[in-house]
Amino acid sequence: MSPFATLFLRDVRLAARSGGSAALALSFFALVATLVPLGVGADLRLLARVAGGILWVAAVLAALLSLDRLFQGDYEDGSLDLIALSPLPLEMTALAKIVAHWLSTGLPLTLLSPVLALLFNLPPSPTLILFVSLLAGTPAVSAVGAIGASLTLSLKRGGLILPLIILPLLAPAVIFGAGAVALALDGLSSGNALGLLAAFAFGAVLLSPFAAAASVRLNLGG
Amino acid sequence: MNFLFRYANPHEFMRLSGVVLPFTVIGTALCLGAGLYLGFSAPPDYQQGRTVLILFIHVPAATMAMGVYGAIAVCSLLSLVWRHPLSDIAARAAAPLGALFTVLGLVTGSLWGKPMWGTYWVWDARLTSFLLLLFLYVGYLALWNAIEDETRAARAAAILALVGAVNIPIIKFSVNWWNTLHQGETITSGKLAPVFLAPFLLMMAGYGFLFVSLWMVRIRTSILERRARSLMQQGAA
Repeated sequence: MSPFATLFLRDVRLAARSGGSAALALSFFALVATLVPLGVGADLRLLARVAGGILWVAAVLAALLSLDRLFQGDYEDGSLDLIALSPLPLEMTALAKIVAHWLSTGLPLTLLSPVLALLFNLPPSPTLILFVSLLAGTPAVSAVGAIGASLTLSLKRGGLILPLIILPLLAPAVIFGAGAVALALDGLSSGNALGLLAAFAFGAVLLSPFAAAASVRLNLGG
Repeated sequence: MNFLFRYANPHEFMRLSGVVLPFTVIGTALCLGAGLYLGFSAPPDYQQGRTVLILFIHVPAATMAMGVYGAIAVCSLLSLVWRHPLSDIAARAAAPLGALFTVLGLVTGSLWGKPMWGTYWVWDARLTSFLLLLFLYVGYLALWNAIEDETRAARAAAILALVGAVNIPIIKFSVNWWNTLHQGETITSGKLAPVFLAPFLLMMAGYGFLFVSLWMVRIRTSILERRARSLMQQGAA
């Protein structure tokens, strides 16, 4: 098996078995979605209107929960040093971790979103757009998040700084993602917004391994 | 490049900035003084009344807020590529100033918005992207302060600054896409009356001088601080 696949499978297994970060993120996502109607009232028309934005913000926050451990666990027990010594370039290591993180948080969140959209009284076609937008956009959350995770990996309380660093950078994803849903709700075409979102995610996944690898390197003292 | 490296030496920088600093301070005082005087003696705008005065303070602050982030990004690039400690010091020294300019831009913008738009805050494209810019500054400073080891902190902050610099145009584009009801720029349209243009340009120059002066003072302080620290370590050893 290639080093990339080994690392990727290891990270997916770790996420699934130790503490179940996917289950945690899903519960958080559902919980935020439950609290919002309690806060803004149960007016179904209002809920349908805000559903896209709320669910997008909640999904980003839920994906953030497990991000600070992306490199930190491996850094603390020393395995990151060994991974860095392996023939796999650090850029590919970062990419493997990004894909594994997306598979264990972004994808489950996307799969759960239609159920929560139902609770928000979102009509079927905007729900489909929400699903597609999360599918296209959550990789960007994992990718940009990996930069923040690698920058803060040596910090004991990195989890506090991480959201501060990456949330402003993720504003475009939220804007295009929630925008696509809002357009669909108004019966307009959301292809443009989805295209921009996909482009942002593609660029983020392509470029962030380099930034993440550079900051892992500096933290390993190289 | 050679020119750059000659003055990137801390010793050379101290000498040169010591000579330049008095002039930029005088430039700040003259430009800001004249700009404010001309601004206050200008007639009230036929639409905006006296509130137009706020714009003399607001627009240069907003311009500087963007410009300072650019300066940080350039310093970060220099630091990552050539590993020069002075560019780290310069980037760190500029960040709080940029954050302050952003806050000043946001506060004066919302003070101007109250009589103009009837509310302190509207979610228009430019205010929103400036709010995000402020958070970028806050995150950058937080990262600097969180990492104890100075070289590591510098390089982590430099990576973050460059990621932010790549992302800022995208953020700006996305926020524009999201909403635009801010009035367009008037300066480049040539519609600004000369009575307003003169104080406006003076204020711009004054802010520029102000930033350069404060930046140099902060870099000088930081260099002296490092020297004092290394002297103390030598004394203790």
